[in-house]
Amino acid sequence: MLAKRIIPCLDVKDGQTVKGINFVNLTYAGDPVELGMKYSEAGADELVFLDITASHEKRSTFVDVVKRIALNINIPFTVGGGISSVDHVEQLLNAGADKISINSSALKNPQLITDIANRFGNQVCVVAIDAKFEDTKWQCYINGGRKAIDKTLFEWAKEAQDRGAGEILFTSMNHDGVKSGYAIEPLRCLHDYLSIPIIASGGAGSVNDFVEVFQMAKIDAALAASLFHYGEIEIPILKQELHKNGIPVRLT
Amino acid sequence: MSIGVIKYNAGNLYSVKCALNRLNVEPLIITHENISLLDSCDKVIFPGVGEASSAMAFLREHGLDTIIKNITIPLLGICIGQQLMCKHSEEGDVDCIGIFDVNVMRFVSDRYTIPHVGWNSLSLKSGSESLFNSLENNEYVYYVHSYYVPECAYTIAVTDYINPFSAALHKDNFFSTQFHPEKSGKIGDVILKNFLAL
Repeated sequence: MLAKRIIPCLDVKDGQTVKGINFVNLTYAGDPVELGMKYSEAGADELVFLDITASHEKRSTFVDVVKRIALNINIPFTVGGGISSVDHVEQLLNAGADKISINSSALKNPQLITDIANRFGNQVCVVAIDAKFEDTKWQCYINGGRKAIDKTLFEWAKEAQDRGAGEILFTSMNHDGVKSGYAIEPLRCLHDYLSIPIIASGGAGSVNDFVEVFQMAKIDAALAASLFHYGEIEIPILKQELHKNGIPVRLT
Repeated sequence: MSIGVIKYNAGNLYSVKCALNRLNVEPLIITHENISLLDSCDKVIFPGVGEASSAMAFLREHGLDTIIKNITIPLLGICIGQQLMCKHSEEGDVDCIGIFDVNVMRFVSDRYTIPHVGWNSLSLKSGSESLFNSLENNEYVYYVHSYYVPECAYTIAVTDYINPFSAALHKDNFFSTQFHPEKSGKIGDVILKNFLAL
């Protein structure tokens, strides 16, 4: 049976892992490769490394760090942040990344999704969406949550799928860093509406939040950062609890 | 011991090289331009992530299809490597190398997401002892694929997604896995070590 995935996310700035609260006030939390190895050994199913400074400072993601990750880690990993061309994707895949994640660049140039999918296959292309519930709709944001853009979550997610996205990674900006649970309702809608895997991001604060998002939103994977970085939840304990609740997971 | 990895136009060679490096093995990279290096190899890996018909076109153009078919040392095909070792693939409707007399099919489902991506469990069959030595039943391994090899006479492990399919095949000196041992954590490392120890 296909296992539900637990994905620690490492936001990286200047070669160091950081985690922001509501996308601002960054605090440092360690070496990304070392942390990645620790998570892999603890039973993480996948890792995501996001170069969070890339979008607004126009920096490209660091290929050498990706190579170091590939040499040291024996589970799949995704790299994102500031990727805006097919050539850049190729560079990162050749450096050992299994998937790439695009966010702002895809909203600015949706054709990028099509081009990546056609060249490397749908499975390579994760489309990350940051959205905030405002007034009556889920508004998409770009540049690390700094700028609203005229698209809503559901229309954009559907377009991304139709263009060849292999997975959608949805972060609720209302929930991110708040630790009161994932955005269950929009996640369930995304799952029902789309046919590709959905990764939940933003809001996990307890083991029960993971149980709830898998049981209620039916999504495929759950991502979290600070919870894991600061040891608030240990992955083996989390997996055991999910298993006890009848959720299929890979126990290591 | 010398391990070759065949390089052609279907990538992920670097991931396989990294996995071997983690096991303290530095592989020889074999291309159509240095094919004579194969003579010095004890074992060879035929990896891949890509599309079947363009991969086959490349292999044929460079005579690699015949060379692979006639290899007598242990060979491990991975992912599309496994599919290319079969008789025919629905992906691009192409005749393949033909080591395993079975045809590669596309997953069809309204209910399940395709490609099949993620960790899924292995059900071991008789004949699996060589590649899966010391492993329990139902261990999880990592998959990314839209096409599959049905269960057949060469099947040594099965995974169920949409329908049961061949997770691994074995015939004489030829071994293959649909999943990616190089991305399957500790279990993947055990499988690679078992292959290296054949």
